[in-house]
Amino acid sequence: MGFENLLHGFAIAVTPFNLFIALVGILLGTIIGVLPGLGGANGVAILLPLTFTMPPTSAIILLTSLYWGALFGGAITSILFNIPGEPWSVATTFDGYPMARQGQGGQALTAAFTSSFVGAFFSIVLITLFAPLLAEVALKFGPPEFFAIQLLTFSSFVGLGGGNPLKSLISILLGFILAAAGLDIVTGQLRMTFGITELMKGFDFIVAVIGLFGIGEILLSVEEGLSFRAARTGMNLAVVLQTWKILPRYWRTFVRGSFIGFWMGFKPGGATPASFMSYAFAKRFSPRGEHFGKGEIEGVIAPETAAHAAGVAAMLPMITLGIPGSPTAAVMLGGLIIWGLQPGPMLFQEQPDFVWGLIASMYTGNILGVLVVLAFVPVFAAILKIPFAILTPSIVVVCAVGSYAVHNSMIDVWYMLIFGVMGYVFKKLDYPLAPLVLALVLGDLAENALRQSLIMSQGSLGIFFVRPISGAIMTVAIAFFLLPVVTPWWRRRRGTGGVAPTAPGH
Amino acid sequence: MRAADLITALVLIVVGVVVIADTLRLGIGWGLEGPQSGFFPFWLAVGMVAASAIVVLQALRRASTEPFVTAARLRPVLAVLVPATAMVIVMEGLGLYVASALYLAFYMRWVGRHTWPTIVALGLGIPIVTFVVFEQWFLVPMPKGPLEAWLGF
Repeated sequence: MGFENLLHGFAIAVTPFNLFIALVGILLGTIIGVLPGLGGANGVAILLPLTFTMPPTSAIILLTSLYWGALFGGAITSILFNIPGEPWSVATTFDGYPMARQGQGGQALTAAFTSSFVGAFFSIVLITLFAPLLAEVALKFGPPEFFAIQLLTFSSFVGLGGGNPLKSLISILLGFILAAAGLDIVTGQLRMTFGITELMKGFDFIVAVIGLFGIGEILLSVEEGLSFRAARTGMNLAVVLQTWKILPRYWRTFVRGSFIGFWMGFKPGGATPASFMSYAFAKRFSPRGEHFGKGEIEGVIAPETAAHAAGVAAMLPMITLGIPGSPTAAVMLGGLIIWGLQPGPMLFQEQPDFVWGLIASMYTGNILGVLVVLAFVPVFAAILKIPFAILTPSIVVVCAVGSYAVHNSMIDVWYMLIFGVMGYVFKKLDYPLAPLVLALVLGDLAENALRQSLIMSQGSLGIFFVRPISGAIMTVAIAFFLLPVVTPWWRRRRGTGGVAPTAPGH
Repeated sequence: MRAADLITALVLIVVGVVVIADTLRLGIGWGLEGPQSGFFPFWLAVGMVAASAIVVLQALRRASTEPFVTAARLRPVLAVLVPATAMVIVMEGLGLYVASALYLAFYMRWVGRHTWPTIVALGLGIPIVTFVVFEQWFLVPMPKGPLEAWLGF
């Protein structure tokens, strides 16, 4: 049954037009991944307006291919330039850049792309198997369950996100407040507009993504003073084949990275911790562990496998529950709504062509992707040779075009600038941006779920706890929210309890 | 860094208080069809004010070690931001294509000190490519000004 659906999906994904779309998406995505200041999320946001006139399946194939490309592109800059384009590429630089400096750039890149592919493929297979089941279960969910899942999404940013949990909380709340501004569709009242007509239509998250991640990132990178000291690529077919010969030796690292990636990935913000965790595990279990950080190929395989497995796994909650696992998935979710599709478990029944076409395109997109990046690495690396004074204003112009195109309105271009400054300040002060964007996307859905739940229960919050599924999810969510409060208390208690003191920093 | 942290948290508190004031106007209780308009944003804002207040206390207790940004590092940031703002202002009157051409040319000359042939080629090339891709291929209109009108678009 599931297999039949997948075959049907391939029939949709493997048309010449959709393959062409996937190729364009991967090429653009890799360029976006390589360029500083442009990443997966805002690349997808900028191109979203171009898909308004496309059939939804082709549109999602373009955007997901762009995402795969951006994931691959991040590895190129990490290894050759020591610049992690995305936070989950940071661990790739540890061994990738030393390898490139030692003239093994070709090996490092081949290993990175291949492991990305393996990690992604693993997650896609699991999505193929589990997505229909999860959607089936989710069909029984009512508003309280959906609200509980949304709360869980945000609680994991606070409890597991690292950094200052209060600042994560502020980011989430600010995102929800921005989402609430404008016309309240339920009561028809204007909220937080203070009589200003312009504020009536609220804040669009696409513009927020372009501003926060695009302009904000540019401002940060010019402040840090960009200087590219490229290592040589050293990429050719012989190197690729020779590297492929030794890679199977590291099958344990691949398997471990894939599992860590998938497990961390379908929870929000999971790709970055997944890549670090996988790197740490590989270092610990490898017989050459003490050589890590000096240019070990295993140190490239481990984080790349996990990051991509996680990046793909982030799509699972998006297609089954309508809840995105990453900012990029959030932008795609916004795309679904714009194309006239209702995200959530009903997608599998109402739009099987779309869902299975999307899943099949994940296979084709990643296969195409790994071939394209292996073949064109020197071309992509050359992009960073474009002088900085040409690159920077071009990216600003592209961001402005993307912001205007969302609603054909000038006010969005102004918002883009304001969000840009905000992104710069927030990033410097360690306010995480991903939960803000997710809250902005999910704001209306979460509020409606909350309202409907409360109407069902005549205003009692108890409804979230008496229903078994939502009660269980709620409990976990509350535990995550309390984690930052409980952990220090627990440590102190254990510390005074006379237990053997642990070494600092361990 | 501490000053910036304080200012940001205080701004967030002000935003929160403004939101609370507006939600009180809308009603935060139980209306005819369930929770009133102000219910959800009210509790969001209360949470934000509380969390920001703790961030303020945390920042006050911490010694300031490094500045948020030094003057030397702020310069390139403003060199991007100020012309970009100018571009958006020009966009209101002359449209996106003319504004971006001027902005690209200005930045390439002023910051990059590129030669005039490069500047003219890219300053015209990038807006023209944008025009072809967005207006012609994907039929997404951009703001246009007198120049485009004169050219007949």
